[in-house]
Amino acid sequence: MSEHDLPFAITLAPASSRADLTGTWRTERASYVTRQAPCGNACPAGEAVRDWLYDAEEGDAGYERAWRRIMDANPFPAVMGRVCYHPCETSCNRGQLDESVGINSVERFLGDRALELGWRPPPAGPPTGRKVLVVGAGPAGLAAAYHLVRLGHEVVLKEAESRPGGMMRWGIPRYRLPRTVLEAEVQRILDLGVRLELDTRVDDLVSTMSEEHFDAALVCVGAQIGRRAYIPAGSAAHVLDAVSVLHGVAAGEQPLLGRRVAVYGGGNTAIDAARTAKRLGAEDALVVYRRTRERMPANEIEVQEAEEEGVRFRWLSTIGEVEESSIVVEQMELDEAGFPQPTGRTEVLAADSVVLALGQDSDLSLLAGLDDVDLGRGVVHTTSAMMTGQPGVFAAGDVTPGDRSVTVAIGHGRVAAGRIDDWLAGLAPAPEPPRELAAFDMLNTWYYEDAPRAHRPRLEAVRRQSTFDEVVEGLDADNALYEARRCMSCGTCFSCDNCVAVCPDDAVHNIGMPGTYEIDLDYCKGCGICVAECPCGAIEMLPEDI
Amino acid sequence: MAPTDLKLYQIGTFAAGNRLLDPGDRSVQADPGRASSITSGHRACQGCGEALGARFVLDAAMRAAGGEIVIANATGCLEVFSTPYPESAWQLAWVHSLFGNVAAVATGVAAALKAQGREHVRVVAQAGDGGTVDIGLGCLSGMFERNDDVLFVCYDNQGYMNTGVQRSGATPPAARTANTRPVGSEPGNVFGQGKDLPRIAMAHEIPYVATATVADLRDLERKVEKAMSLRGARYLHVLVPCPLGWASASQDTIRLARLATQSGLFPVFEAEHGVVTATTPIRRRVPVEDYLTLQGRFAHLFGPDGRPDVVARIQAGADRNIDRYDLVTVVDPDGVDHV
Amino acid sequence: MLRQLEGSRAVAETVARCRPQVIAAYPISPQTHIVEALSDLVRTGELEPCEYLMVESEFGALSACIGASAAGSRTYTATASQGLLFMAEALPNASGLGLPVVMTVANRAIGAPINIWNDHSDAMSQRDAGWVQLFAESNQEAVDLHVQAFVLAERLSLPVMVCMDGFVLTHAVEEIDVPDQEVVDSLLPPFSPRQVLDPAAPVTIGAMVGPEAFTEVKYLAAAQQLRVLDEVPVIAEAFEQATGRSSGGLVSSYRMEEATIAVLAMGSVLGSVKDVVDELRDVGVPIGVVAVSCYRPWPLDEVRAALAGLEQVVVLNRAFAVGSGTMLGQDVRLTLATSATRVHDVVAGLGGRPVTRASIRSLLAAVIGGEVDPDRLHFLDLDQDVVARELGLALAKES
Ligand SMILES: Cc1cc2nc3c(=O)[nH]c(=O)nc-3n(C[C@H](O)[C@H](O)[C@H](O)COP(=O)(O)OP(=O)(O)OC[C@H]3O[C@@H](n4cnc5c(N)ncnc54)[C@H](O)[C@@H]3O)c2cc1C
Ligand SMILES: Cc1ncc(C[n+]2csc(CCOP(=O)(O)OP(=O)(O)O)c2C)c(N)n1
Ligand code: SF4
Ligand SMILES: [Mg+2]
Repeated sequence: MSEHDLPFAITLAPASSRADLTGTWRTERASYVTRQAPCGNACPAGEAVRDWLYDAEEGDAGYERAWRRIMDANPFPAVMGRVCYHPCETSCNRGQLDESVGINSVERFLGDRALELGWRPPPAGPPTGRKVLVVGAGPAGLAAAYHLVRLGHEVVLKEAESRPGGMMRWGIPRYRLPRTVLEAEVQRILDLGVRLELDTRVDDLVSTMSEEHFDAALVCVGAQIGRRAYIPAGSAAHVLDAVSVLHGVAAGEQPLLGRRVAVYGGGNTAIDAARTAKRLGAEDALVVYRRTRERMPANEIEVQEAEEEGVRFRWLSTIGEVEESSIVVEQMELDEAGFPQPTGRTEVLAADSVVLALGQDSDLSLLAGLDDVDLGRGVVHTTSAMMTGQPGVFAAGDVTPGDRSVTVAIGHGRVAAGRIDDWLAGLAPAPEPPRELAAFDMLNTWYYEDAPRAHRPRLEAVRRQSTFDEVVEGLDADNALYEARRCMSCGTCFSCDNCVAVCPDDAVHNIGMPGTYEIDLDYCKGCGICVAECPCGAIEMLPEDI
Repeated sequence: MAPTDLKLYQIGTFAAGNRLLDPGDRSVQADPGRASSITSGHRACQGCGEALGARFVLDAAMRAAGGEIVIANATGCLEVFSTPYPESAWQLAWVHSLFGNVAAVATGVAAALKAQGREHVRVVAQAGDGGTVDIGLGCLSGMFERNDDVLFVCYDNQGYMNTGVQRSGATPPAARTANTRPVGSEPGNVFGQGKDLPRIAMAHEIPYVATATVADLRDLERKVEKAMSLRGARYLHVLVPCPLGWASASQDTIRLARLATQSGLFPVFEAEHGVVTATTPIRRRVPVEDYLTLQGRFAHLFGPDGRPDVVARIQAGADRNIDRYDLVTVVDPDGVDHV
Repeated sequence: MLRQLEGSRAVAETVARCRPQVIAAYPISPQTHIVEALSDLVRTGELEPCEYLMVESEFGALSACIGASAAGSRTYTATASQGLLFMAEALPNASGLGLPVVMTVANRAIGAPINIWNDHSDAMSQRDAGWVQLFAESNQEAVDLHVQAFVLAERLSLPVMVCMDGFVLTHAVEEIDVPDQEVVDSLLPPFSPRQVLDPAAPVTIGAMVGPEAFTEVKYLAAAQQLRVLDEVPVIAEAFEQATGRSSGGLVSSYRMEEATIAVLAMGSVLGSVKDVVDELRDVGVPIGVVAVSCYRPWPLDEVRAALAGLEQVVVLNRAFAVGSGTMLGQDVRLTLATSATRVHDVVAGLGGRPVTRASIRSLLAAVIGGEVDPDRLHFLDLDQDVVARELGLALAKES
């Protein structure tokens, strides 16, 4: 039956409505958008977390791609998967739904898999002929070296110690970061052509630079010196600092701490010192901290793990005096502003040794001659481009003000490398385009499967009290995949086809590759359902000028 | 405890598709080759749930029947906005006769196809709630009773929308419509049972009765598929929010359908031969207020002169549904945490 | 072959030979015997393939026919009286969609008061529904018209009502010839719909049409209806060729040679009228009969030609619309508007009251004698006493 044979007007040809461009009704238009996921936004290392989780969701087919995406920012996935305090997870939107995505475990899974299968980053870039000095082979220095060689610069990494790694080696205990993992990831960087000079302390940066004709230098010497507080102590009192204790243990020594060890401080170093003391045979390891548990800077998980291992805590307490086998502890009270104030009530506790974990300072003597470098409050101040007051001299990691963590250091290393590259090229650093954050209320979480988190198994408590075996095991492949797939892909389309489905006007179409969409504005009436029903907040309404 | 189900993609089966799913596991709507039975250019309001529901249902039916489908459509919004001369939005064989006779028209089509030996061509009748529970009920009941080989789909937007939002036998209690103004001691529509057509259909003991909403595409498609796998009279009741009649925001259409189910006001279930065989448990239970306050038709129940007593009665209705269909199941809270 | 048959049975057998694929019907006197017989024929497999739908109402019956017809099947239904009214909404729908449904109307009065007996009120009430309306004078013609109705309906994509007087015809047993299957098959080819619901070539049937095209749609529908006036004689001619029987047509004249006066009527009353006319002719009165077989569309030219030059015409109306008058009579008046012929508009035989030869005789005598005022409606056999008494009572009450 041809259209012409159809009875006039009462019978119509199919789909003839397409002649009616109902898109003209619209006052607002739906438009795809990519928003910044909170995880990546929070990642100090600058990882595009959402993006690599997206790759990892594919399983075997996507793991290597995911790993490479991590490696674009961070050359230490296996290390980070163990020691990162994962602010990504703290800010993960899924945390507001059930539990945040176990990003860190997935990263570790990918990092370990890369080591297992020998995945390598792409070789160094074509040589630029420029030579950069990096002082200190901690995470900041190593990350910077990695990025600098990838940019084609010649890199010499000078390290005072006999082994590379900085605090990753000398601070963080083995039960949290096995050295084989650290070494493998460091080696992978060195294999790119970074020249590492061990046992080479740089005492005078300026002369080293000029003698060896460096075009730029990056100072990443960290904060190696344990802070000592004045505490009246008897002559037989046994007072040590945590950094030295941990360094000693890391170097294979057996520091003499006695049966009862008091650790003074509330950071991760304190916890590590206490847990290490336990492993060294202490019957009692007591952490004395002047504020409350809630206010303790140490990572909650580590506090929990320490408790499980039998470490005791004494909150709101200061150590007033140290004797040979006892300490005097004073009870504190929080004032209205939340600061601890002495109460005068004291108590004597048994302790064979006291380990101070009150923070670390940097040895900045290598910068002594550089008057233009601001070393106020014992740290190196830099511009946002990470350069010090001395042109060509940059600084990164613990040596600069701000949060101190491996993750921050790695991020600094990456940014510094980029800025050094800019500087060497005579370019002003390109500003990052601002991206809107994908906030929780932009998501439609109904669409996400109910999926509680797959927690990483932990070494059973008794065993780990006495060994330096790694406490937290990795996820198996199934769990890692499951975890990756819990990601809600905040702010970025993950090709769920919902927009194509929910349009009452049949105006959203799959185009080309599956999972790529187009809104047909000839027919989009601007109802906004696709926006409301986009699980991940990747569509927005834009006003139409009328 | 089975910790992981590797089929679990971010969205499980809640969204239409997912790049990681086999094409066969995706919804019909996610299929680039879907029929788009009702296509662009129709004149439905922005955010019309009925336009959406019709495409959901018919595309699924088209897939299930290999494209061999004839539709009979009652008078109502769906008919009017889809076929104003000279343009039709339908891409399938479609006939409209009257407001109250669609079930009989469909019966006739099915009988003709049977007599022609073309029973592979399947018949779907569709109507609004008015065309179903009120004016069309006589013909529909006859179709049920004779067990004619027709899938009847009611797009329930809870009122006569096409004529300017008057009440129907499916309009909920207390709702404001053009002829149930919120005045007096019992504001809005009367409190009553309404015509619970799914249960009326079940009383006919037809092979299949199901309810669904535009908020759960997979469930809806599965039910259409199931219905299409059976012969005889089948009834599908689909809740389709109407931004105009409900005085709701156009983008809230699916959200409202979801809240209707999650509050218990709209129970989602299936029945075979008069016996309930499955219900969709409430996943995230909400009080009826969450649903009601998004709709202007219930605005008189809230605010300074609000009627919490009326809201409480509506809540009681939702609770009764929850009891009747056992919509709240207690799940083992000890999910998949394997420490 | 002539057989002693009840009219209903004969119609049912004829319809069966027309091979409808879908029959949907709802019982109402005096149509019941027709559909009972058909349901039997379907059950016994004599009519096959055919789906017999026992629907829940006449509205459902015609609606099912609409669906079946749109799906490309030959469809049939039958009803009467209240049943036809219950179909009312669907009637213009079937015609508007151009669906060639054939329906028997076993004519019966409409209530209130409820009355199961014969008159034409039911069909007349639906005369403007866009259906072709054919009226049978006898059971033989009823049978023959059904065959012709299917041919006509399908040729023009229009629904057709075959009207036969309830009880008088439907329940009368007489000698009737039901055309042989071969004859019917030769006249009625398989149904080839103008438009059909086909998944392979989908169309939208039944669109909404606004002011921009509604008038044109109606104009075209009227044009299509007028083609009936050309086709009916053609089909009747073919029918006569095949069966040797002259049946149907638009209008037929009986003893109209040299007539100055004629009786115009439809349906079974024509038999008695013709008998009386024969008597009057025998005594030299120049009187004849004009029988209208096709009432809708109204064969204006043919009626005008048949009545041309007459002095008087008596229209026997078997229906009456309170507040407006007759239908057939008004159609005739309109037809003769420019002529000098006097029209006597007579209401006769309402609700089954017999139109006897005696009544006709005295009516015609009064007309011939000039005692009937052509400007006033005349009620045959009206019980003046009752009317006067009741009107008097009513008046008394008011004052
Ligand atoms: C006990 C402990 C546990 C920690 N746990 C965690 C953790 O779980 N997660 C986390 O994110 N962070 C943790 N941190 C913090 C983290 O280790 C540091 O923030 C991070 O290592 C800083 O990196 P960096 O490269 O700036 O400095 P460092 O890691 O300190 O590296 C500096 C390097 O420079 C070398 N160096 C110093 N001076 C010179 C010189 N003049 N010439 C040449 N070389 C020199 C040092 O030998 C060292 O190798 C922990 C710290 C400690 C102390
Ligand atoms: C016999 C008859 N009565 C009334 C109407 C007017 N009418 C057309 S559509 C409609 C309401 C339709 O309501 P519903 O079936 O719920 O469909 P909706 O428009 O809400 O989708 C009414 C009353 C009509 N077309 N026919
Ligand atoms: S859900 Fe995924 S993308 Fe979103 S914040 Fe969490 S990890 Fe990042
Ligand atoms: Mg409705």
